[in-house]
Amino acid sequence: MTITTQVETIGLEPRAASRLAGIRSGDFPVIPALILLGIAFVAIFANLLAPHNPEIGSLTARFRPPFWQTGGSTKYLLGTDQLGRDVLSRLIFGARVSMVVGFTAVIFAGVIGTALGILSGYLGGWVDQVIMRVTDTWLALPALTFAIFLAAIVGPSMWNIVIILGVTYWTRYARVIRGEVLSLKEREFVRLAIVAGCSKWTIMRRHILPNIINSAIVLGTLMLGVVIITEATLSFLGVGVPPPEPAWGVMLSDGKQGLMVGRWWLTIFPGCCIMLMVLSANLLGDWLRVKLDPQLRQL
Amino acid sequence: MRTGPLLEIQNLSTHYVSAQGTRVVRAVDEVSLRIDAGETLGIVGESGSGKSTLALTILRVLPPAARIVSGKMLFEGEDLVQKSDTEMRHVRGKRIAMILQDPMASLNPLFTIGDQVAEPIRVHEGTGRATAWSRARELLKAVRIPSPETRVNQYPHEMSGGMRQRIVGAIGISCEPRLLIADEPTTSLDLTIQAQYLNLLRELQRAHGLALIFITHNLGIVAKMCDQLAVMYAGRVVESGPVSRIFNAPVHPYTEALLNSIPRMSDGPQRLTAIEGQPPDLAALPPGCSFAPRCPRAFDRCREEAPPEYFLDGRTARCWPRRTRSMSPAAA
Repeated sequence: MTITTQVETIGLEPRAASRLAGIRSGDFPVIPALILLGIAFVAIFANLLAPHNPEIGSLTARFRPPFWQTGGSTKYLLGTDQLGRDVLSRLIFGARVSMVVGFTAVIFAGVIGTALGILSGYLGGWVDQVIMRVTDTWLALPALTFAIFLAAIVGPSMWNIVIILGVTYWTRYARVIRGEVLSLKEREFVRLAIVAGCSKWTIMRRHILPNIINSAIVLGTLMLGVVIITEATLSFLGVGVPPPEPAWGVMLSDGKQGLMVGRWWLTIFPGCCIMLMVLSANLLGDWLRVKLDPQLRQL
Repeated sequence: MRTGPLLEIQNLSTHYVSAQGTRVVRAVDEVSLRIDAGETLGIVGESGSGKSTLALTILRVLPPAARIVSGKMLFEGEDLVQKSDTEMRHVRGKRIAMILQDPMASLNPLFTIGDQVAEPIRVHEGTGRATAWSRARELLKAVRIPSPETRVNQYPHEMSGGMRQRIVGAIGISCEPRLLIADEPTTSLDLTIQAQYLNLLRELQRAHGLALIFITHNLGIVAKMCDQLAVMYAGRVVESGPVSRIFNAPVHPYTEALLNSIPRMSDGPQRLTAIEGQPPDLAALPPGCSFAPRCPRAFDRCREEAPPEYFLDGRTARCWPRRTRSMSPAAA
């Protein structure tokens, strides 16, 4: 009996299923993935999910506590802020800001950094020198100070923040990608492409880029947390997403005076949201890094 | 029709120069060679004798530290040394193709076989994907890949070593080059696959009228594959000529020593013959013949003055004539 069952399992299991099983049975971070998916879902359907307008409050309903505390009502599930705006609705729309800023900034930084990293690593010579010295200089500046400096110059707006974050964080990609390219360009298949008469651009596009895209994605996931934190920090400091747009960092900043008089819901909820999202992004990125790194994957 | 050799290399020198310019390694030094259409030239020599650098020089794909110092490479009458980088790119893969030392690693793991075989065709002939792919299928058939229809859609990791090797061969001949340079293409293969691959190369050569430059340190392969042979030592061609004549009567003591160091089944239990000493440092060559310190027959002149290339009916040798020989210096 036992033997027959075994044979059946081995014979019938399709390849796709076993691959899925491999992902499932591995240490796939289910909870972080669910949290991120949840936040993404909330961000996409913010219009439908939010019970109130996040930017317009009623001054008659200021500083309402969450519904389970005395004075709270189910009309404002997580309470209201100093302008009587619903905290839950602001959190929901804040997810949208965080997601949009986080992903676009990571992609923006990734595109700049990866392109420069490939150029620097593959072309070498003075191109490499110029790009890497600029990268060194960039990395020598404290990222946050530099971001604040840029934000002060270009002024606050959501898309400016994306550009600022991209310009601040591309150096990390450039460094890592350049290192990868340096080892990749000595590989035989790149040399074969050279002796087959491919131009430098063809080789970079067709042979280098597809081989480093894994690292870029892993780095992107890890950077997502950093970028979201920086966005929140900038917003908290008042040079980020301008009010009344609901951003988690702005909410933290607005709520901080109230913390001493017991209006904890104004800071704890956005704080938790930031923490959960950053933690999830980092855990997912860490898992991806191990999963996609052939040296750690133990083939 | 143009007559004369397909590729004629004249006094070619390639040196590696250190960043400060203080150390100069003469990896290829005053090499002259010629190869006719459809012919096979074997280049043998020990590690570091400049064989691979010579191959890279012909295709002008040298590492940044290397310089072509002097010489000419006349390929179908055009000097490759004078060509611009763009012009060279149209030569590489199209008119001169190369098979690398480790064909097992020569395939990009992320692309299908069809993509990779079709790539040079698309690069050089600008044909569309469909045409290039159907050519790729024919090429796979030509290199004896079973069921090429399904294989084109597979990835390198789904192939055995011997198959990957043949696929690299297919990439080599994809644009019907006139000259194929094979740089130790069989070192990573076991013996039976080696033999199959060599047979395949010979068949392809005959079918397409390819000239083949075969770089190896295996004299057995030379005997099997090549018409002409050039023996390199310390960046120089010490002896060249038709294989059979060099094997029967080597002129240069180094060639002789190489041939003597091949173990034979009939030898019985005895120690292997080795060449005494080490090859010289290419950055600090001795003033005379570079083989003189290891040469059993060296005399005073060998240590003082480098011998010129002597011609003797169809073969050359860089060695001072020891006895009265009917040899005349190349300059004369």
